[in-house]
Amino acid sequence: MVGMITFTLVYIGPGDPAAIIAGDEATPEILEQIRADLGFDRPFPVQMGDWFWKLLHGDLGTSYFSRREITELITPRLQPTLSLGFQVVVLSTIIGITTGMLAAWKAGSRLDRNLMVLAVLGFATPGFWLAFLTIWIFAVNLGWFPVIGYSPIQDGLFAHIHSLFLPVMVNSILASAFISRITRSAMLEVLREDYIRTARAKGASELSVFLRHAFRPSAIPVATVIGASIAGLATGFVLTETIFAIPGLGRMLVDAIVRRDYPIIQALLMVVAIVLIGVNLIVDILYAYIDPRIRY
Amino acid sequence: MAVISDSSNEWELAPPFSTRLKGMFGSTYRAAKRDLVLAAAISVLLVGLFLAVFAPTLARTDYERTDPVNRMLAPNSHNWFGTDNWGRDVFDRTIVGTRMSFLVGFSVTLISTVLGVGIALVISYFRILDAVMMRFVDGFLAFPTILLALALISLIGPSVGNVIIALSVTATAGKIRLVRGAVLSLRESTYVEAAKAVGVPIPRILLLHILPNIVGIIIVQATFTLASAILAEASLSFLGAGVPEYVPSWGNIIATGQGYIQVGFHISFFPGLFLTTTVLAVVLIGDSVRDHLDPRLRGRLKTTAAQQ
Repeated sequence: MVGMITFTLVYIGPGDPAAIIAGDEATPEILEQIRADLGFDRPFPVQMGDWFWKLLHGDLGTSYFSRREITELITPRLQPTLSLGFQVVVLSTIIGITTGMLAAWKAGSRLDRNLMVLAVLGFATPGFWLAFLTIWIFAVNLGWFPVIGYSPIQDGLFAHIHSLFLPVMVNSILASAFISRITRSAMLEVLREDYIRTARAKGASELSVFLRHAFRPSAIPVATVIGASIAGLATGFVLTETIFAIPGLGRMLVDAIVRRDYPIIQALLMVVAIVLIGVNLIVDILYAYIDPRIRY
Repeated sequence: MAVISDSSNEWELAPPFSTRLKGMFGSTYRAAKRDLVLAAAISVLLVGLFLAVFAPTLARTDYERTDPVNRMLAPNSHNWFGTDNWGRDVFDRTIVGTRMSFLVGFSVTLISTVLGVGIALVISYFRILDAVMMRFVDGFLAFPTILLALALISLIGPSVGNVIIALSVTATAGKIRLVRGAVLSLRESTYVEAAKAVGVPIPRILLLHILPNIVGIIIVQATFTLASAILAEASLSFLGAGVPEYVPSWGNIIATGQGYIQVGFHISFFPGLFLTTTVLAVVLIGDSVRDHLDPRLRGRLKTTAAQQ
């Protein structure tokens, strides 16, 4: 279904890539030739069937422009995006859960209110503008980080993390705002349960009540929101990679859209959808781990 | 059959839409008098609406005319927010940009709410239609909003109308899922069963018994759609896939300033501040409407809004 939507969307578009490839001075004969080369003269179901068949064999198609295999084009782009994604997910989970639990611990206090104000701000702040502000403060004025640019892991781990520091921070802060908010409300809900009162009554310390009795039951909505925030990251990366000039998949998508390189747009949307479906699956499996009563 | 279900019976089952809505606005007004944050948020939104309508007449310069002599000026007494790389006044472009954000935000919210609620109500009573429609909805929701909108716009071309269409498609899919879930659970409730038992026709049940009871969810969800649509329009315009470059929009102006970060910080800073403030105001209003309608929901609906 996801594949059908992707393919149909891209197919029905009025833009003609053949005209773009051929340039301004192309004759109609050349256009026809290019269309035939790319298989545009075949009927729609044949094109779609062909695309699906290749997809099942791990073939994402060929770029209209460079005429190279898309799988080949994607490979060098994976590292920056995956590294960014990994760092953001780890960092935002840590920040989100810690601040959420702190807020729940001191519910109603000034700390709680301030943290929640920050969480609302995190929702309202556009990532690309926050990225702009951090570049201006930390790269342009303080000179702690390069303004743009990316060094791969091969250049050394430190240089790699250093070059990704700002984008990681921007995305983590925004993603952790949600996680924090959900952690707080889930914790507060669980803390009202009878067994928490029992745990307190038997003399368990407040810390142990929090970490051992209350955290696990409240982890289910938290896992859900972490999964959802990964979907948000896919969008965030398109913007962040554009601003920070990171040669990742997000940047590749924007470039492909500008050039109307449809096979790449299709392939990348498919990859994103598959990754997100995978994330949902992992979250579902985590549910069973968090709460043994859930069985599949 | 319809004879039995005269209107006086229905009034007891569910108060009509208009009464509830009026009560809601009246109490929002009273809540705003007590709550300064809410009052501030509402004022910000009203100022924004005012600017969206009147900004072109308020602008003191021709915000589309280039003026190379005065390019890249820092904020000063004449150009409050400075000028951009073509010498255009950033303050004027920013207030005119309000119009684009509000136009896209409110259109997407209105279209997706009307379509989403309509479709959800209809399909919830036709099993086959429901199954087919929900597969489409799931398919659309498998992609993050902005990516899908980007792909759509790359096909149909960047224009204001197309941005609204692209964003409405995904927002509608989200609404269908939310409202359908609510309708399905209400369908099992005793008062709907009672209405069915006395022979109220299904369209009437949907409109008079079920709809009034999900108005709260719909309104709260609408505020989050508004916030996300304003952010999405700015993001798309920032990437160059939103409204065309010559139309001032907050996203466009920020994108312009991005290239001049070393010398023209002011170009991106001010429109971003407007954008953040507006979205913040909408989110805060949504939060307090939700708390007001149902204090138990604190912190929950937000997740559904975030997922879209």
